[in-house]
Amino acid sequence: MIHARFNLSYPGFALHADLQVLAHGVTALFGPSGSGKTTLLRCIAGLERTANGLLQVKGEVWQDGANFLPVHRRPLGYVFQEASLFPHLSVRRNLEYGLKRIPPDQRRVQLEQVVEWLGLNKLVGRDSPAGLSGGERQRVAIARALLTSPRLLLMDEPLSALDAASKHEIMPYLERLHGELDIPVIYVSHALDEVARLADQLVLMEEGRVIASGALNEILGRLDLPTAHLDDAGAVIEASMAAHDEKYHLTRLDFSGGSLWVSKVERAIGSMVRARVLARDVSIATVAPQGSSISNILEARIAGIQDEGPDRVALRLTVGGKHIMLSRITRRSRDQLGLVPGMEVFAQVKSVALIA
Amino acid sequence: MESAFSSADLSAIWLTFKLAAVVTIILLLVGTPIAWWLARTRSWWKGPVGAVVALPIVLPPTVIGFYLLVAMGPSGPLGHLTQALGIGLLPFTFAGLVIASVFYSLPFVVQPLQNAFESIPERALETAATLRASASDTFFSVALPLAKPGLLTASVLGFAHTVGEFGVVLMIGGNIPDKTRVVSVQIYDHVEAMEYTAAHWLSAGMVVFAFVVLLALYTFNPTGKRK
Repeated sequence: MIHARFNLSYPGFALHADLQVLAHGVTALFGPSGSGKTTLLRCIAGLERTANGLLQVKGEVWQDGANFLPVHRRPLGYVFQEASLFPHLSVRRNLEYGLKRIPPDQRRVQLEQVVEWLGLNKLVGRDSPAGLSGGERQRVAIARALLTSPRLLLMDEPLSALDAASKHEIMPYLERLHGELDIPVIYVSHALDEVARLADQLVLMEEGRVIASGALNEILGRLDLPTAHLDDAGAVIEASMAAHDEKYHLTRLDFSGGSLWVSKVERAIGSMVRARVLARDVSIATVAPQGSSISNILEARIAGIQDEGPDRVALRLTVGGKHIMLSRITRRSRDQLGLVPGMEVFAQVKSVALIA
Repeated sequence: MESAFSSADLSAIWLTFKLAAVVTIILLLVGTPIAWWLARTRSWWKGPVGAVVALPIVLPPTVIGFYLLVAMGPSGPLGHLTQALGIGLLPFTFAGLVIASVFYSLPFVVQPLQNAFESIPERALETAATLRASASDTFFSVALPLAKPGLLTASVLGFAHTVGEFGVVLMIGGNIPDKTRVVSVQIYDHVEAMEYTAAHWLSAGMVVFAFVVLLALYTFNPTGKRK
């Protein structure tokens, strides 16, 4: 477990965060700007010094009332929003900066290994980071942090300063890290799509407080939280690659709630993937639809309904007993169909995005 | 035609360079921590300390020379100290000249360094800390290398300004051949003695020296070009 408790106030801002999350996988700190995500991350790193903070990582006390482990003694990696490479050092020397400061017997990764992971083979010989693109700089920064063999990796919106193309370029590397590294990651983001792709656990912040935390889909599916009402609200489904339909170039994903057909993906049959279904792409029918162009129709039960503005409602659906999905329909449709919690319905899924 | 410089001139030139070199080295050692502190502190003392460092820019050199002379004299605090240590009195010695010059040229070293340190983003220092560098490690591995243009400017200005001083030298050092008679004083002597040709040679030499040094500084120092 990671247990963090910090109280901090500046003029116009106060952080009162108390957080307990699992010390493995990716934990996303999500919230609007100004909600204290970055400040909380900086407190965890020791970059902000608070009088009575508490931080325990896997049973080790990094900070409590009496003790404060300074930043450079905390076994963590930090990736800032902008890459912050040292301009006076070559790319290789940047990578080695942290590595050199770790005693050899505590190094758990090799330079070559990390260079390979982040696709830096062509960049590692550069004399200066000046000519690197935004995405390349951020990859070097991530590699540099990993080379300190951190026991906790903190990432502060590492994609937000990048253009769409660079984001697209760097995302697969982040997903690989997620899959291959056994380092807990705390990832600050205000982009729900990033969170849906990368996170295992989600911590919601608002006005300096933690308002909810838990497993990703559990939080995404809660109608009482703001995440369910964002424009790109939706659920995440872990499914396995089941079969390809070569004729129509489709792939079937199976999960315990049923099957979903998506455009063909080149992945091994049997491997696990993560799919995202947006609430606005899920419509409801009370009888099994006939003659529909929508091929993904799942049997579902309405678990909750909440008004979402004057014209719309959000539905929480359970599929196959335990999978949660969201649906967004008009208030009129709800009344015409007489939808109430507990009803068995058909969820028509118009679009499924394979995100990892 | 005789040699352009007499042996007294050459000795003054050598002494001037020796003084400027020693003073520059001391100033870099003393000025760097002061500049670092001024650049990073949020203490109330920043203003007063910065003002004291900058005083020589606005005060007449004779004022600084006068107070230093009093302080180093037999009844001044520095004088007491040096006498107690068995060094004797500092006025009219090379050591006294070095101390006076360090005070006089301090702002010309501290200010460029302070500007250079202030332009280093906090983020660079934080990054170093997250990569396991202690504060002193960060200073030497990140701050100093990033402040290199400022260090160069500070060294050149400190050296050149020491070469160019006159008032403080006269007050503290007097005019003792091989010990305290630097080029600027030697020129004054030549003019007093109506030796205008000799004064011309030394003065022109100073002009060329100053021009070349500043030209080199502005040409090669990448200050301002850095992102």
